[in-house]
Amino acid sequence: MTAPTTTRPKAGRAQPSGLVPPRKPLITLKRREALAAWGFVLPALLGFLAFFVWPALSGLYYSFTDFDLLTAPEFIGLDNYTRLAADPLFWNAIGTTSYYVAINIGLQTVLALGIAVLMHRLTQSMVIRGIVMLPYLIANVIAALVWFYMFDFQFGIVNEVINAIGLDRVAFFGESDWAIPTVALINVWRHMGYTALLIFAGLQTIPKEVYEAGAIDGGSELRMFRSITLPLLRPVLAMVLVVTVTGSFQLFDTIAVTTQGGPVNSTRVINYYIFDMAFNRFDFGYGSAMALALFVLLAAFTFIQLRLTRANKSDLG
Amino acid sequence: MTLTTAAPELASTTEPSPPKKAPRRKKPRLTVGRFFAWAALVAVMLITLIPFYWMLRTSFSTSTSLGSDPGSPFPVDFTLGAYERVLGLATPAEALAEGGSGASINFWAYLRNSLIVATVTTIGQVLFCSMAAYAFARLQWKGRDLVFSSFIAALMVPPIFTTIPNFVTIRELGLLNTYAGIILPTLLMTPFAVFFLRQFFLGISREVEEAAIIDGAGPIRRFFQVILPLGSAPIATLAILTYITSWNEYFWPQLVGREEDVRVLTVALGVFRSQTPQGGPDWAGLMAATLIAALPILILFLFMGRRVINSIGYSGTK
Repeated sequence: MTAPTTTRPKAGRAQPSGLVPPRKPLITLKRREALAAWGFVLPALLGFLAFFVWPALSGLYYSFTDFDLLTAPEFIGLDNYTRLAADPLFWNAIGTTSYYVAINIGLQTVLALGIAVLMHRLTQSMVIRGIVMLPYLIANVIAALVWFYMFDFQFGIVNEVINAIGLDRVAFFGESDWAIPTVALINVWRHMGYTALLIFAGLQTIPKEVYEAGAIDGGSELRMFRSITLPLLRPVLAMVLVVTVTGSFQLFDTIAVTTQGGPVNSTRVINYYIFDMAFNRFDFGYGSAMALALFVLLAAFTFIQLRLTRANKSDLG
Repeated sequence: MTLTTAAPELASTTEPSPPKKAPRRKKPRLTVGRFFAWAALVAVMLITLIPFYWMLRTSFSTSTSLGSDPGSPFPVDFTLGAYERVLGLATPAEALAEGGSGASINFWAYLRNSLIVATVTTIGQVLFCSMAAYAFARLQWKGRDLVFSSFIAALMVPPIFTTIPNFVTIRELGLLNTYAGIILPTLLMTPFAVFFLRQFFLGISREVEEAAIIDGAGPIRRFFQVILPLGSAPIATLAILTYITSWNEYFWPQLVGREEDVRVLTVALGVFRSQTPQGGPDWAGLMAATLIAALPILILFLFMGRRVINSIGYSGTK
């Protein structure tokens, strides 16, 4: 019974060549196209294998080794992971990073949504969009340095203003309680306009008629925002959140040029801790283990976010 | 998902076209609500712009005088000294007098390094990624979907995870503190660039390419004579985005290119910041340096702003 069934598709495929004269040129054309395709992909594929696949595999391997860069990696099994589980600085870094992400994303998303809706309802001006986006174009390092100066305890304009209205000066970067919110604020400044434009792009996909219908029904702006904008924007907002949260976890530049993890580890975020472990203390094995832990954490986070926000389902139509 | 749906719309809007005037409707009444909405938007723009003004104001000040009047909205003790210092036009004595460091700063060298790194990265990445994107979007070959989905999967990997082994690779190749070491990891591809271009190439009309096939054009000729000209708008957009990203990159170049002769501007600014020539940082010099470092991108934005802004729906994946 089985023999005929397995041979049948084969026979079916052979059939056309038996009835129709063989079309040789087509086959060579297909071959030629496939060959050209591999040629086109080759450089990118090489780059992918050398700088994405290979490092991902060796990073996985390093995470099970003791590796100081000078001698060959030595396999130590799960030691790095048991060390990680018991390392208070690792958990501090996870906590610090989460705290930063919470402030940064919370504030940034609310502000960006506000800016996007304002622009959507008020103006299509390219100039205004350009201005709003401006901070995103300059390097993290530059944004960090400017605010580092503006937030300076003695010479910063922010403290001058605080002083002028009769309050006490704040050591924005020097006090443990202030450091992470300050870094978060700087990055909110840099990203809110850009995020607003992402949301704005989403707003423009909402058909105008929906708003016109809403206006005819006598809905106020606030009512329309709640009943039309928010529900229809949900898939876009969800995607924006996934992208900004993932990006927010990568915080490094701002820390590196301002606090460098201090004061007392209060800004030692995970990326900075991994960097410090690998490139200052040459503990590449442990650094890799932490990087892998971050990867798993982020993947889980993204998965949960996508599930919770039903990002791939639109309410429109 | 959102990204895919945005594709056709973007393809048309990236064409540099004169600003489209919306059909004139009745002017909206200026209600109290609209007034406050505008006020909020203006406040946002002010918050955005003030730090830029503060850079400018500080860069025209004398560092040693800044402390005496830190709240002044205008330059304190107006001078071009900070720029002269940064660009190496001031003598060490002049620099010291205005609160700078007596040591020479190779600003021109850093600028040159940034230009080289950003330019080579952009040309390589855009060329190789458009080639790959063409193969993914338009050619039939075995393994296409597998290779493409593994490219896309790489978007998920946090950069720090691949950075550690990449550093080992670059070190073993003997490329630490070379341009090649800084450029190589992003020269051939980034998953984003391939994804971005493939979306656009999918949207290019097949008829033109089929006409070329009938004319006997092979895949290579079709790529250069059909796809590249028709896809020039998104390719230019990607080039600008890549240039900006590369120009602003800090993490990787400070790992593999700390030495003077390959040091890029962002890394140099980090080093500059940690110098405290006379007890405190040379704020005027630092602000002048940040402004000059940001200038090329700001100029690029001035000319290409519309293209960059229109590409935003996409760059979200970055």
